[in-house]
Amino acid sequence: MASIAKILRPAVQRATSTARPAVRPARPSRIYQHARPLSATSRRRNDTVDISDIPPTPITHLSEIEAAMADSVSKFANDVIAPKVREMDEKEAMDPSIVEQLFEQGLMGVEIPEEYGGAGMNFTAAIVGIEELARVDPSVSVMVDVHNTLVNTAIIKYASTELKKKWLPKLATNTVGSFCLSEPISGSDAFALATKATKTDSGYKISGSKMWITNSMEADFFIVFANLDHSKGYKGITAFIVEKGTKGFSIAKKEKKLGIKASSTCVLNFDDVEIPKENLLGKEGDGYKYAIGLLNEGRIGIAAQMTGLALGAFENAAKYVWNDRKQFGQLVGDFQGMQHQIAQSYTDIAAARALVFNAARKKEAGENFVQDAAMAKLYASQVAQRVSGLAIEWMGGMGFVREGIAEKMWRDSKIGAIYEGTSNIQLTTIAKLLKSQYTS
Amino acid sequence: MAALRILVPVKRVIDYAVKPRVNKAQTAIETSGVKHSMNPFDELSIEESVRIREKKSYPHGVDEIIAFSIGPPKSVDTLRTAMAMGADRSIFVETKEGEEVEPLAVGKVIRELVKREGINLVVCGKQSIDDDAGQTGQIVAGLMGWGAATQASKVSFGEKGVEVEKEVDGGTETVRSQLPMVITTDLRLNEPRYASLPNIMKAKKKKIDKISAEELGVSLERRLKTLKVIEPPPRQGGGKVDDVDGMIAKLKELGAI
Repeated sequence: MASIAKILRPAVQRATSTARPAVRPARPSRIYQHARPLSATSRRRNDTVDISDIPPTPITHLSEIEAAMADSVSKFANDVIAPKVREMDEKEAMDPSIVEQLFEQGLMGVEIPEEYGGAGMNFTAAIVGIEELARVDPSVSVMVDVHNTLVNTAIIKYASTELKKKWLPKLATNTVGSFCLSEPISGSDAFALATKATKTDSGYKISGSKMWITNSMEADFFIVFANLDHSKGYKGITAFIVEKGTKGFSIAKKEKKLGIKASSTCVLNFDDVEIPKENLLGKEGDGYKYAIGLLNEGRIGIAAQMTGLALGAFENAAKYVWNDRKQFGQLVGDFQGMQHQIAQSYTDIAAARALVFNAARKKEAGENFVQDAAMAKLYASQVAQRVSGLAIEWMGGMGFVREGIAEKMWRDSKIGAIYEGTSNIQLTTIAKLLKSQYTS
Repeated sequence: MAALRILVPVKRVIDYAVKPRVNKAQTAIETSGVKHSMNPFDELSIEESVRIREKKSYPHGVDEIIAFSIGPPKSVDTLRTAMAMGADRSIFVETKEGEEVEPLAVGKVIRELVKREGINLVVCGKQSIDDDAGQTGQIVAGLMGWGAATQASKVSFGEKGVEVEKEVDGGTETVRSQLPMVITTDLRLNEPRYASLPNIMKAKKKKIDKISAEELGVSLERRLKTLKVIEPPPRQGGGKVDDVDGMIAKLKELGAI
């Protein structure tokens, strides 16, 4: 996978053999004179930004827009989503009114340009939003994450103008999107996918099945990866757009899961689904490139979901041990044994967040971020699981009961080590990139 | 009749969910590193102004909604929020960090802005949740010689003037006034919206005019001196009595009866 990832690197190649990123030579035409933090630039193009003249800022520094986003989303999440979190988890279903309000808030079109009815914000703003949502409910967060970082980005980056005009306004305002890559036989080995596409007179015919598809209950819009020519191996993989209700398309089974229960995960069947040729996304045979590129970015979103989850679990428990629970005549949070765990946990979260935001900023700057995204996702999911687990212990019985969010956060954290590249896949990616850097 | 030109004063305060702490020197509330947001009553004012426009409840329409704030540099964030919620532009009078402006001075600044901008309706929160003075709206009305309808829970525009239902003890009181006037807002008036993402982006492009108090000819000099700020004493736990006799005995013991 890493070798393919190399192809996808932004136009300006940088040698990966140097241990430290070299400062790119100044390219006058690309110097952005204003001494603003990078974050304020909402650049969609794939080109590199010369950042050598920009004074470094702390990774935790947010642009005005991003800070406003964090504020607004946090408020919305706490007022609107928080009261429904437990109920949605028990019912294993997303409340449709939440989906509706996410659209109203513009959270489903963070990066969609304004002319298509989106907010036209930058990538890091989306990351900020995903993190804020996960502090309250990782299920809602992943729905927004998949919709924004995978589906919307796929259309913005690869779709034809006609498809953009047709779908972006809908994706920004009322149509949930879903990204269908995994199959019963292909997970980590994504390119072994068996779903077949064949050319017809008017377009394409897709047959096969997909598994573990997030958002599939809510979605009306599916990006489906299928192989147009199995003899070409992964170079036959092509991306298509399938609308819900197309003949032959069906949701076969809704999975019952350990965590993020309110987020739907289904098996989808494609029984000779015929789609018009306009529904080809990008170019035939380029699907594998799109998938890799999108998942590389998407990982940063999942990492943000995990840091948000960790923060949410941490805050919930910290408030409890420092305000409510007393044993042996003092607040349990005042015992040194507790305090050291709390301090360690927060440090872990801060480290994970630094990785996440650094990966996001590097992506925005057009730098190579593949390893950063993998490290961020790997570490954030580990921290999320550790901290949410400890948080239950700090709260004792109150953490163990199915009230509040403590036990739910722990269950929800487990998926972080699995989807959008398992922890082992992240490690493999990181190791491959390191090896290429250190091999003489 | 002319369209409404609404001025909405907003203040950046310590977030309502944060427990305020007194600083070590006992001179003020600790503000550094503390989450701030728009005074909740001011959110109601912005929301109400935007609703008057959206619902076209005033027959001659709304010409402009101007948000105003006086405070430290960070108050710009609050003005951005106001504009993301629907205010058209902002006016900002910057003060030094930690400099508290008294309601009278704020009132005088607002008076000058009202004159400059041809404002005919000032909608402001009934109080800010930091110093709880609850004076600014009334002071503006006094300085301008306008009517003031305070603690509004409903605002409507009729043929005979502006009708405002006011929160009073045990119910509401309905008053009618003519424009220009001041309305101060109370909690039941509306449910403020969240700034949506597209509107946050739009707010970024809206204008914030900075102006100093001197330019407006207003002195911000304080008339009050804060001597000491102390936290309220921790609540004493209550005691239980078995019956009425026990209670009477206890009250006698405490010298209450």
